[in-house]
Amino acid sequence: MRYSGLKILKEAFSGHKGWAPVWRNPEPKSNYDFIIIGGGGHGLATAYYLASTFKKAQIAVLEKGWIGGGNVGRNTTIIRSNYLMHENEGFYEFALQLWEKQERDLNYNTMVSQRGIINLYHTDAQRDAFARRGNSMILNGADAVLLDAEGVKSKYPFLNFDNARFPIRGGLWQPRGGTVRHDAVAWGYARAADLRGVDIIQNCEVTGFDIKNGKCLGVQTTKGSIKAKKVGVSVAGSSSRVMAMAGMRLPIETHVLQAFVSEGLKPVIPGVLTYGAGHFYVSQSDKGGLVFGGDIDGYNSYAQRGNLPVVEDVAEGGVSLMPMIGKARLLRMWGGLIDMSMDGSPIIDKTQIDGLYFNGGWCYGGFKATPAAGYCFAQLLATDRPHETAKHFRFDRFERGRMIDEKGQGAQPNLH
Amino acid sequence: MKINHPLLGPRDASEFVYLGDANLINRPNAKSETAAQEFYDYQYLRTNNPGEHKELWFHEQGDRSWLVVTRNTLTHEIKNVELARNIARARS
Repeated sequence: MRYSGLKILKEAFSGHKGWAPVWRNPEPKSNYDFIIIGGGGHGLATAYYLASTFKKAQIAVLEKGWIGGGNVGRNTTIIRSNYLMHENEGFYEFALQLWEKQERDLNYNTMVSQRGIINLYHTDAQRDAFARRGNSMILNGADAVLLDAEGVKSKYPFLNFDNARFPIRGGLWQPRGGTVRHDAVAWGYARAADLRGVDIIQNCEVTGFDIKNGKCLGVQTTKGSIKAKKVGVSVAGSSSRVMAMAGMRLPIETHVLQAFVSEGLKPVIPGVLTYGAGHFYVSQSDKGGLVFGGDIDGYNSYAQRGNLPVVEDVAEGGVSLMPMIGKARLLRMWGGLIDMSMDGSPIIDKTQIDGLYFNGGWCYGGFKATPAAGYCFAQLLATDRPHETAKHFRFDRFERGRMIDEKGQGAQPNLH
Repeated sequence: MKINHPLLGPRDASEFVYLGDANLINRPNAKSETAAQEFYDYQYLRTNNPGEHKELWFHEQGDRSWLVVTRNTLTHEIKNVELARNIARARS
């Protein structure tokens, strides 16, 4: 079923009786060409690009819970390509270009809204670093504008510009950045993949791999064993526990990141803002809630909930940036599990086991990468060759000393 | 979270700085033939299983001692706290 204005009109006059579920719930077959473990944004996007761009068939996505129940439904919905290092920036710009045409590609309203993102700076050193980053973005085909304090004031007059300790001197603006309706991304990819014959199998947890003589032949699941020529793992947050079943240790720790939504307010924040002095970022959803977050809690956790010191820290950052939100009440807060890698950058690579492929280590930046991660992982699965923009995201970069460390923090995952 | 410091009693976790897996105490021998591989394992790879986890915390806002905390990463419950120096000494 193709969505269109005409279809909506037709349904409006016929009592909305023509809408049907947009993906099937099939039982798994005994054999596939490709199995993707993890029915999140990345896994579903991978299946979609395998079936569409790379013209593959016999694809299954295995999800232990329901699709979109993990991090794709738990993030703060921001898209941007404002990275410094060339190993990252080209990839995230590719992602942003895929976001820009996603709704047409999927025939699904994912509410891509390029409302712009501004990273604020507060010191001369920060301004210089942002100028450098902006140049790096432009070199990689992205857009970047360095604003002074007046430039920021014209867009966000209500910010606390004259903070004695951290006055706002300006910001790095990426006009093409913005937000996307995160659940719709999972649903849109699921529908588009299903239409192309991908089996999306929910409530099917992988409990082991069939590995013989260094080759992966399939997986064991709670719905029986399934053979596959190639298996792609895309389970950020649980990467270490899944890959441990294949006998691998990863350069990854699992941490918890919290996010917050305020009560619904009238439109006040036109774009996305990040505070350069504390770790605080905020946008406003179309329903009016302020969607914001800050640092990770900082210790290994599989609990999907955080603790109060970070809540306090985020609230302090928010109120010092825009004191007016002091009276807004918090409506919801939640935590999600993230793969914190040893250099803050992701991995899309083959493993040393034939037929087993891995996508993970996204730290807290996985959502904005969704379309490109899916595309690049699909290309790797289909052709065994990495995509041009993802060729640096390799397992062996730590061994070779080729870390992609945006912040220069070293092998300390909780600082990335 | 409250960390029951062996010398100072229960202290709020926000007084501490987290480093990571307590395996970081076991620094490989730099003179070993296979030192490069051992240092790669030591520095970059983590077991990272859910459940009980031994980890290093530094009491930065307190007595500046390193602690080995045994904590459940599924529930955040802390089972045991020891001075890291005692563990390191017992091993050497």
